[in-house]
Amino acid sequence: MKKFFMVLFNILSVCALAVPATASTTPQRSVLDNGIILLTSEQRALPMVSIELLIDAGSRHDLPNQEGLANLTARLLTYGTQRRTALEISDALDFVGARLSAGCGEDLANVSMTVLKKDLGTGLELLAEVLTGANFPQAEVDRQKQSIVASIRAREESPGDIAQRRFAAALYPQSPYGRPVEGNEASVKALEQKSLKAFYERYYRPNRTIVSIVGDISHQEIARALNEAFRSWQKGDPATDPVPPAKTGSAETIRIQKDLTQANIVLGHDGVGRENPDYYAIQMMNYILGGGGFSSRTLDSIRNERGLAYSVYSYFSAEKGHGTFELVMQTKNETALEAIRIANAEIRRMREELVTEEELKDAKDYLIGSFPLRLDTNRKVANFWAQVEYFQLGLDYPNRYPDFIQSVTREDVLRVAQKYLKPEKLITVIVANQKRIGDP
Amino acid sequence: MLAPLTATSQATQVQEFVLDNGLKVLLLEDHKSPAVTFQVWYRVGSRNEKDGKSGLSHFLEHMLFKGTPKLKPEEYSRIIAKNGGRSNAFTSSDVTVYFATMSRDKIGIEIELEADRMANALLGETYFEPEKKVIQEERRLRTEDNPVSALGEVAGAVAYMVHPYRRPVIGWMDDIQNLTRQDLVDYYKLYYAPNNAFIVMTGDFSTQEMLLKIKAAFGNIPRGPEPPKVRAEEPPQQGERRVTLKKEAELPFVLMYYHTPNLKSPDSYALDVLSVVLAGGRSSRLYHDLVYQKRLARSVDADYNGLAIDPSVFSVTAQLMPGKEPAEIEREMDRLLEQMKAELISDRELQKAKNQIESEFIYAQDSIFGQAMKIGYYEAMGGWRLMDGYLDGIRKVTREDVQRVAKAYLDRDRRTVGILLPTKENT
Repeated sequence: MKKFFMVLFNILSVCALAVPATASTTPQRSVLDNGIILLTSEQRALPMVSIELLIDAGSRHDLPNQEGLANLTARLLTYGTQRRTALEISDALDFVGARLSAGCGEDLANVSMTVLKKDLGTGLELLAEVLTGANFPQAEVDRQKQSIVASIRAREESPGDIAQRRFAAALYPQSPYGRPVEGNEASVKALEQKSLKAFYERYYRPNRTIVSIVGDISHQEIARALNEAFRSWQKGDPATDPVPPAKTGSAETIRIQKDLTQANIVLGHDGVGRENPDYYAIQMMNYILGGGGFSSRTLDSIRNERGLAYSVYSYFSAEKGHGTFELVMQTKNETALEAIRIANAEIRRMREELVTEEELKDAKDYLIGSFPLRLDTNRKVANFWAQVEYFQLGLDYPNRYPDFIQSVTREDVLRVAQKYLKPEKLITVIVANQKRIGDP
Repeated sequence: MLAPLTATSQATQVQEFVLDNGLKVLLLEDHKSPAVTFQVWYRVGSRNEKDGKSGLSHFLEHMLFKGTPKLKPEEYSRIIAKNGGRSNAFTSSDVTVYFATMSRDKIGIEIELEADRMANALLGETYFEPEKKVIQEERRLRTEDNPVSALGEVAGAVAYMVHPYRRPVIGWMDDIQNLTRQDLVDYYKLYYAPNNAFIVMTGDFSTQEMLLKIKAAFGNIPRGPEPPKVRAEEPPQQGERRVTLKKEAELPFVLMYYHTPNLKSPDSYALDVLSVVLAGGRSSRLYHDLVYQKRLARSVDADYNGLAIDPSVFSVTAQLMPGKEPAEIEREMDRLLEQMKAELISDRELQKAKNQIESEFIYAQDSIFGQAMKIGYYEAMGGWRLMDGYLDGIRKVTREDVQRVAKAYLDRDRRTVGILLPTKENT
């Protein structure tokens, strides 16, 4: 009934900073015997433990013609180990009400667990098993391949997803960043058990792994438990930094026909890596352009003034070595070109004029002031510290963050807009009923 | 002036106060993280709407961001943001809720703005037409171009004939088009009053301090008229209803809605357990059989919606794997549901479901926003104190109870089956 009694939120807004800010308590960090980097934050209020693992095993490591290998490996972690079948694993987890999931991105695989404190022993045992002893039974491989092919089909039902995928493909030709992490139907069907085992052996290694744990635990206690549970896990090749895409696509407009009432639009181009010193000025600039929910210029001009869209937002996502700028919106087919014109005009205006003192101050106040809200659950805290470690921001990052934001000037915002917003490079993807759109 | 009706229990330490104007205030201190969630719940949603006026509650929610004599349109959101807060609102069948989460030293700003919204909204004429277009875009985004959500809308309209749960919260497209500003003004006058609302606040604050702030901000808003009661009662369904939706999509989708009572019924605990036995986790019956073993479905779900003011539905859904037929999966779903009536579940299965429910109950407390939502839904449905008995109720469920509610409610004659049949445009 969730679908029918849908709860309608007033706005879908995203203010996507790759790494959020601030923390209540600085975590403890140590490197375990086998190279696992462990961060823990003690939160005793609830009898539960949240665990987040990042592993340098993303789809950028896929071999040619084996697209989807990293993703299938991650998906199969919990479907059979040397000691347990897939059903035994899920039954053991379900019996204690633990959550365990594994996923895959372009750079990293991630494994998340939430478990009650009293069942932490069971949880860690299962976690260690899937990370050190997954055995990829052939029947499970076949099942998951079918399931992934089905998700590839299902994604075609979501016009927003289609637009995102086409945008990535156009922006990063011949790069793992331009391909879906899941691979394509043909590549997935061709994946073999032995490649999965080889991928797992090579990339799922303790010295490629960050573990962040938040909850009813102490650092010593958990370090001891992990040393014990993961003692058989041997070091492999060390983690390596991602290589940025060799080239980025040039400006073009891509139209995809679907029988839809709305045009789903993505505009964008390349952005910057998380290490770029202009990162904070860029986040401020984007907050004003389209990151700031109801406080953004594009939302004002496209939604509030003209009623053209329900949702419109922009973001600079930043990974190691590269990043992406996107502006995303949906509007009825008939007004697609008008909305695109206005979005383009707002992008140009960011490059032509200084933002107002008020806009700058509002952005600073929000970015600094909302910072505790990014850490208001154990799950968010666990994810936060894992990211801080991955991007090597330092455990004092929350203390330094306000200065990074505070020091940005209006001139900085104009400078980064001129440098990093590139109207001449905009790739425009329109998934819509093209007959109703007309020509530009 | 204030009647402190403090009640503590194992599940909650909510404190309840009622102001003279009828505004109920529910406060739960939780000092885990330095943030506070403040929510104003209005006892009005699509359930209160009339034919031809669907979407009115939701439209009004949008327009309540368009300012007051003291506040320019959209200024509310800006003020909250520049004070480091996050704010939003939502509308459901039963309620309309406005909220912000911010630090303790700033939350007073939100309290004053919400009092202003309750009493002084302008619903400015200038903003009415553009906002109508925004809502129509929202409907296109959520429903028209989303096949599964569109199927839910059609099936809901068939599962209910009389009760307003038959109408979508966002409203039918033509109704949205035909709503007038006067409709909004009348609706606001009727439903937005302290005696038809309550406040839920959770997080890092001191109860006495916040109570004073709330009293100062809301205490002088006059009591409003008594809003009309929704008396519609859905007559018992006699015979299965079936609907199909043909729409551009990739994979067929099957849903079944069974009429069930809400959480006020003692059967609700067993219905919760039933839903977990069926679809809670990968080892659950539907998942294991249909997704894992037979590979007929890509995903399955069973959901009991007990937190509704009026009797709602137990839903069982499946998205098919490519190449599979809805008729086949329907047969298999029926077989598994019939099994729940014919045989008792095992002791271990019962214990597993209870453990899952209990651990989720604890995980949910990780978020102050989530806790406030739960308190609010219980209060809207029948009183927040029902929360206290929840885990006890779950612990008492027996295998026989699960079988009994399966027999009582998973009745084919009282269900609606909806099927999404994908079509493909030739281009």
